[in-house]
Amino acid sequence: MVETTILAAVEGNVATIGYGLATLGPGIGLGILIGKTVEGIARQPEVAGQLRTTMFIGVAFVEVLALLGLIAGFLF
Amino acid sequence: MLVRVVAAITLCLLFWLAARRLSVVPGRGQGVAEMALSFVRVNIAQEILGDRAHKYVPMLTTIFFAVLAFNLTGVIPMLNIAGTSLIGIPILLALWVFVMYIGAGIKAHHGVGGFLKTNLFPPGVPWFLYILITPIEILQVFLFRPATLAIRLTANMIAGHLLLVLCFGATHFFFFEATGALKAIGFLSLAAGFAFTLFEMLVAALQAYIFALLAAVYIDLSTSKEH
Repeated sequence: MVETTILAAVEGNVATIGYGLATLGPGIGLGILIGKTVEGIARQPEVAGQLRTTMFIGVAFVEVLALLGLIAGFLF
Repeated sequence: MLVRVVAAITLCLLFWLAARRLSVVPGRGQGVAEMALSFVRVNIAQEILGDRAHKYVPMLTTIFFAVLAFNLTGVIPMLNIAGTSLIGIPILLALWVFVMYIGAGIKAHHGVGGFLKTNLFPPGVPWFLYILITPIEILQVFLFRPATLAIRLTANMIAGHLLLVLCFGATHFFFFEATGALKAIGFLSLAAGFAFTLFEMLVAALQAYIFALLAAVYIDLSTSKEH
């Protein structure tokens, strides 16, 4: 048996760290999604309405991931 | 509970007032109501569903305004909690959408078999990929769509409520319990509280829009012939 030494430890409510991590991915996703939509609208302003609707559908799908992180924090 | 009753009565009252004296040349109240109603009809129903929209306009309108009213109670003083921040109402609305898009899909494809075939076995895919795709589609259609509808709305409202509580709780702490220069930070958190109240109003409208939009998208997905 090898003697183990603890080098670092996290104490307290670890779930809060988890939620911070859970916002990262959707944050990047929203950035790409909305940025690309702006790009599309700038290139072709006449389809702005259609792009915006599609963007909101995408935003809804990305956003639910971040919110699952919030719910998981309450559950566990 | 009481908050929901208040919101429902207010919503009915507003529409009753708007619809009481309808005229061909709309007055101010009727104009606002017509603008809100045509937003749902044109920008949500017809944008997504095209010429199939007219059947689903009443449902989408009800969902949009119900969600909006229940969301907005979260920022109204004295009510202070969103009717949708408990999972009950979102689950009810999501189940309604669920039953609607399953029913509409079965009707559009002439029977359960046709509905399942177009939705669970998307055409133009090599057959061995169905081993992967079909279980995912089953989960999508029967679990994830209604579940995420309800969770998205509830979690958004809970998060907004927590944010406001944090801001105003911090203000209370800085003003009454902190000492010295720390008291000044209270002004900052108070301003942040008001800013987030405005932000919550935006979120309330946005969530109502997204809920109705996704309901329309799900109906479109399950009724369209080519998937």
